[in-house]
Amino acid sequence: MLDLTPKEITERTALRINPAKTCQPVGAMYAALGVHRCMPHSHGSQGCCSYHRTFLTRHFKDPAIASSSSFTEGASVFGGGSNLKTAVRNIFDIYKPDIIAVHTTCLSETIGDDVGAFIQDMDIEEGKYVVHCHTPSYVGSHITGYGNMIAGFIKYLSRSTGRKHDRLNIIPGFVNPGDMREIKRILDLMGIPFIMLPDTSGVLDAPMLGRYTMYPPGGTRIDDIIAMGDSPLTLALGELACEDPANELKRKCGVDYKLLPLPMGIGATDQFIMALSNFSGHEVPYALEEERGQLIDILLDSHPYFHGKSVAIYGDPDTVLGITGLVLEMGMIPKYVITGTPGEAFTEKAQELFSKFGVTGCTAKAFSDLFELHQWIKNDRVDLLIGGSYGKQIAKAEDIPLVRAGFPILDRYVHSYMPLVGYRGAMRLVEMILNALMDRQDRDCADEDLELVM
Amino acid sequence: MKAQSLLLEERQGFIHQKGSCGSVSIQCDTESLSGAVSQRACVYCGARVVLNPITDAFHIVHGPIGCASYTWDIRGSLSSGAEWYRNSFSTDLSEQDVIFGGEKKLWEALSEVTRVHSPRVIFVYATCIVGVIGDDVRAVCKRAEEKFGIPVIPVMSPGFAGHKSVGYRMACNALMELLSRAPKAPKRGGSVNILGDFNLAGEMWIIKNYLEEMGVKVVARITGDATCEELMHAGEAALNVVQCAGSMTYLAKRMEEAMGIPWIKVSFFGIEDTSQSLIHIAQALGDREAEKKARELIARETRALEPVLCRSRELLGGKKAAIYVGGGFKAISLIKQFREIGMETVVVGTQTGRKEDYDIINSLVREGTVVLDDANPAELEYFIREKQADVLVGGVKERPLAYKLGVAFLDHNHERRHPLAGFVGVRNFVKELQLSVNSPVWQYVR
Repeated sequence: MLDLTPKEITERTALRINPAKTCQPVGAMYAALGVHRCMPHSHGSQGCCSYHRTFLTRHFKDPAIASSSSFTEGASVFGGGSNLKTAVRNIFDIYKPDIIAVHTTCLSETIGDDVGAFIQDMDIEEGKYVVHCHTPSYVGSHITGYGNMIAGFIKYLSRSTGRKHDRLNIIPGFVNPGDMREIKRILDLMGIPFIMLPDTSGVLDAPMLGRYTMYPPGGTRIDDIIAMGDSPLTLALGELACEDPANELKRKCGVDYKLLPLPMGIGATDQFIMALSNFSGHEVPYALEEERGQLIDILLDSHPYFHGKSVAIYGDPDTVLGITGLVLEMGMIPKYVITGTPGEAFTEKAQELFSKFGVTGCTAKAFSDLFELHQWIKNDRVDLLIGGSYGKQIAKAEDIPLVRAGFPILDRYVHSYMPLVGYRGAMRLVEMILNALMDRQDRDCADEDLELVM
Repeated sequence: MKAQSLLLEERQGFIHQKGSCGSVSIQCDTESLSGAVSQRACVYCGARVVLNPITDAFHIVHGPIGCASYTWDIRGSLSSGAEWYRNSFSTDLSEQDVIFGGEKKLWEALSEVTRVHSPRVIFVYATCIVGVIGDDVRAVCKRAEEKFGIPVIPVMSPGFAGHKSVGYRMACNALMELLSRAPKAPKRGGSVNILGDFNLAGEMWIIKNYLEEMGVKVVARITGDATCEELMHAGEAALNVVQCAGSMTYLAKRMEEAMGIPWIKVSFFGIEDTSQSLIHIAQALGDREAEKKARELIARETRALEPVLCRSRELLGGKKAAIYVGGGFKAISLIKQFREIGMETVVVGTQTGRKEDYDIINSLVREGTVVLDDANPAELEYFIREKQADVLVGGVKERPLAYKLGVAFLDHNHERRHPLAGFVGVRNFVKELQLSVNSPVWQYVR
């Protein structure tokens, strides 16, 4: 009964059904939570803030703190300047953050609030900061908002003093705290000092210690964001989410950047590690070689179970491309690859991957939705789905196993603590894919075919 | 930390400690402060949660994608039939639409829906920017209704127009608009509509079964597991029973005015409220036979619950509860329910409670209990600690807060999968409480 999707595909130009994206502000809120002692602030109606906090809480199973300008009829007519002023005063008074990161909403953008000017007019105590970015909900997606907020921090805070230090800047794509931890672990293994913005590890995967702190110990330090302007290089990990902030830093402070795909799968992780090695001049340590070797060993051991299987992948652009890369390395066929986020660059990059691995008959589409994906699957099915929780309706209707990876995952636990990036993240994803396919084989086979040793 | 240093001066009026002053004078039902980390939602949210459970409706959100994506299939409102309401439809407005207006896109979207599907009714939600960019949603809906021959009802729910309660009202207006299209039909004696139950985890079914056992016919369920067809008959009921008073009192009043249907408030949370409500319904209908059957039902169910309650008092008695829920009526029932198993409520707050709710709450709780309106996490944290609550009852945003504080949690929000209404709800209530309060994991925390 959940299935109202007709097989026959008709043209849709106006109606969005079952989206594979959400709006910019939630991405901005997530990025702001990755700065230490930062209060994300939503300049709009209080519903936005409430929804975004709820959405993040559902995925991370952790409190997501943020404040709102609580727009009223008056604010929507006369502008939200006084709301923001009052809000900033109240936030510093009661919640005592070191920094407030304001993002806009469709409402404050449409009525034309000049948030930058509002902030300039404020008296802000020494040592405290207020930054902002524009996140109109009707442009891009939460991924755009994530990049915009990072660029906002850089724009307000990063400074070039002319005295370079040796720390490498890392801008991770829209990934889980578990991924950010893994990226940091790899940097440590490579012996490279770094600044990572944002860093939600230690914030949205905070441990239970029997007390609640509004500002958990994690998050990028403000001093470090300032110091990003003196870094020798930025690595932006996520070709579609991270270019704008990296570019902002280059424009403002002259820090060069290298744009890399999210380090998911063998090739993309190799690329990341080689970039680190090139930067530092250090050899790749055995520990990482060992992990890579283990990953390949696992793939060889288990390849009969996934080779040639077809898969549909949906979610955020960089993550979907990363997973697509990995499944291609595994010899799977990424038959449908979609994101809700607009932008043809996604489709082009997916096509590049298809041709690199010589697969044909695969479709990639940006600005798509899960209704459309479901229709494709109805016409020509796949063996596996990979993406967030919203795919579970398709999985159920079509009886296709689903591997949960990406954002949002609302119906499972632990995912946000664990990585998908790096060799170890790839091992994890391979394990999930194998378990899904092999559990299905066990479930579906005849009694006499049930194998103990696989 | 002292309460004074933690709490905004402007917020003091919204927090009340029983016994700290003579009479109750809590401030409520006002806008949240700018800058507050409020747990509250907006007008759109209020409207959406009320209308969403109508199972064969198409809910089209006219606005940028966020409002549609955050409300996609997140309520545990169950359906016995259609599942259309569990999909997300929107116009996904882009920058072009914001500049040139979104009416054309809305029209297209309505055409596309009706071309492929056969909706019985379409609700079109006007979100924050729709009015600002000058879209005449009403006009588009009217034109669509004429062209497609089905009710196309605008729901005027820009987020900034107030808080969630305003949204409830907007949803009720939309329902009245739908009902106004129903042909006149004679009243059905001894029958009721159930207002303000959303069939979370099948609660509407539980209530309906009780009423049917009493011989009371349920005409329309508003809105849990409702269909468009069923709603159209709502005018034929002899009585409206209002469960979620916060969202539906307004509709009851409007239906009384327009259709002459009297209404009563009920609550099906806890033994005391469930029992009283069933008898109250029979009495309001003047149905002696139904009252007799209600008393039999209550006696039977209460007897069956005795061992459950007895055991719960052993396991949970003396523990302290904190409550932070949406509406006042739920908080009131919860206080009574905790009392039934020997638990004391030490903190109680609501997002949208009214003065009269807070009066009742204050009459129910003991000296020293903290009562708060529109609380933020910092306040909740402070008072949960100060009053040493063992369990917090709340919704999705409160859950991780409770856990981080080392406090057990009971979900009383719209995502729960355990029915808490009726006598069976009491069973689930204590079961869920026990599961959380007595989880072995707590011993590793403290």
